[in-house]
Amino acid sequence: MNAAASPDVLLSGAQPVLDVHDVTVAYHRKPVLWDIDLTLAEPTLAGIVGPNGAGKSTFIKAVLGLVPLASGQVRVFGQELAAVRKRIGYVPQRESVDWDFPVTVLDVVLMGTYGKLGWFRRPGSAERRWAHECLDRVGLADLAARQIGQLSGGQQQRTFLARALAQEAELYLMDEPMAGVDAATEQVVFGLLEELRQAGKTVLVVHHDLRTVVKYYETVIMLNMRLVATGPTDEVFTHENLRKTYGGRLAILDAAGEAVAAQERSA
Amino acid sequence: MTGWLAYNTAIVLAGTMLLGASCGLVGCFAVLRRRALLGDALAHAALPGVGVAFLLANERSMPVLLLGALVSGLLGVVIVAVLRFATRTKDDAAIGAVLGVASALGFVLIRVIQDRTTTGSKAGLASYILGKTAGMIAQDVYLMAAVSAGCLAIVWFFYKEFKAIAFDPGFAKVQGWPVLALDFLLTGLIAVAVVVGLPAVGGLLITALLIIPAVSARFWTDSLGRMLMLSTLLGGAIGACGTALSAQFSFSPAGPVIVLVGTAAFTGSMLLAPRRGLIARGLDEARFRRRLARQKLLRMLYELDEAAGGGPRPFELADVGVTIARIDAMARDGLATPVGAGRYLLTASGREQGARAARASRLWHLFLSEHADLAPSYADLDAERIDTILPDEMIRELESRLLADGSWPVELPPPAMEACR
Repeated sequence: MNAAASPDVLLSGAQPVLDVHDVTVAYHRKPVLWDIDLTLAEPTLAGIVGPNGAGKSTFIKAVLGLVPLASGQVRVFGQELAAVRKRIGYVPQRESVDWDFPVTVLDVVLMGTYGKLGWFRRPGSAERRWAHECLDRVGLADLAARQIGQLSGGQQQRTFLARALAQEAELYLMDEPMAGVDAATEQVVFGLLEELRQAGKTVLVVHHDLRTVVKYYETVIMLNMRLVATGPTDEVFTHENLRKTYGGRLAILDAAGEAVAAQERSA
Repeated sequence: MTGWLAYNTAIVLAGTMLLGASCGLVGCFAVLRRRALLGDALAHAALPGVGVAFLLANERSMPVLLLGALVSGLLGVVIVAVLRFATRTKDDAAIGAVLGVASALGFVLIRVIQDRTTTGSKAGLASYILGKTAGMIAQDVYLMAAVSAGCLAIVWFFYKEFKAIAFDPGFAKVQGWPVLALDFLLTGLIAVAVVVGLPAVGGLLITALLIIPAVSARFWTDSLGRMLMLSTLLGGAIGACGTALSAQFSFSPAGPVIVLVGTAAFTGSMLLAPRRGLIARGLDEARFRRRLARQKLLRMLYELDEAAGGGPRPFELADVGVTIARIDAMARDGLATPVGAGRYLLTASGREQGARAARASRLWHLFLSEHADLAPSYADLDAERIDTILPDEMIRELESRLLADGSWPVELPPPAMEACR
């Protein structure tokens, strides 16, 4: 167990990394998340899957305190959210900000250090060096001085990732960090997730590509408004659970796949 | 007598300059956070407050009137927020409603006060609508100086925090910043800058002073710090120039003149700024289109030769639909050479460019069909950019496919396959 590597991890090992208890989130009367109970006892690399509108992003936002809970509570490292914010890293969806904002790539990554800097202190040379290092890890070292609007979609995604790395968190929540990136970038991103996991961090990732779930994640969280299933991917990521998560939508894909296969056989 | 005039002019100039500077500074955040219209609602909602304050205090004391303006302006902002959250009224409709109702209320109140009171003090009230710089006294300037210094100090101290909540409030909240409180502080700064400017520029037009310097500054720079500085300077210059002009031609109210000067600054920035300005972008666009058309032509000619097999063959201008001007430009660049009346031949470098354009186009088309899910975030029309946009591994994979099915342009050296395997 790599938990033995650091006394810090051992200390927090007594408390679950994430404890989501009976959480419901609703817009007016329409539930988006319904009675979610979920405990991640130990550091893991977890994929969150589910159809569009299943509440995957809302789940992450609920954990981060970005949406009000209609009921229930969230505890991180056994504590209230407010007490552990500096230990949490976040990668929002790329569309959540205005990419025409007048800041450089380095500026954005430096924002990851703001939490630890505290009030009024500006990032100095130590923070800059650290931000450059984080950019280097996502392969954007050369683009540090660019205005963020000049980046491609994949580069913008990696900028957000570098900002999260700069936070030096222990629990990372990422909202589709691989959306719209090419296979090579996806490898870079996944390599990073693995590194974080090896370093004893917990990483929760909203993931949209069902084909790669088994390859990437040791834990899977299957959501469709309610929690369908969660646990080790090899046990939980089953046809039965996929059908419960995706309902008819997966069946249509299945049927289309079978039709094509049949056609190819007869041809 | 001239000494007194000069002194008075200096007072007014200093006042409007300070006012323009503080509006320019805080206006940047209003614009970047897409809250520019909220400033407008605030300025209009301040008008009834001026009237009520006058009735309560029964005198035209500037601090009292401004306090009334500040309170009712902020009340207007609160009403916009309440309308939005409690009734699902959209932002623009909520702002429009508050703005309209508040101005009507303000106009009526001020009119009634002017009709009813007989003392000389009433005259100043109308200036809160369209602005009047002439009546400015030294004390007003001290107030504006204090407000400017305050705005500058607060933006300086909270620079990092304001930057964080303006760019990505969600992320800032996750980091533990009190986003709502910082938001209030920022709105408060905007409110103070607007309210102090009311008597000089007027409630109808003060938003222009908030928005114009900021959007003008944005054209010139991609850095927030520099945008703040530039917008502050520009705001100050606009205020001073507008006042000077309106004094020169004894034109009152001054508000419209100041805003027109701002409009000139904005128009100049919009047209002339390098990179983001309209002219720079238009030129860039035209250059890009010319390059695209040339790439396309070279590719077509190359592909005609390729299809016919063998070496380069001359082509007729009429057949390929090219204007004399364009082919002349290509001849100047050494891409084509005339070989008789209306007939041209591609040079070696023309053929090479054609082959490279063909390669890029074939790679792109293969990419689009092989990686349909990624296409929208990567596709780019410019043939010369494919190698900088797509990752090397993917280029190599696509190149080996081209080579395998025989569609690799023979003119080019074969791709470095050893790097692939």
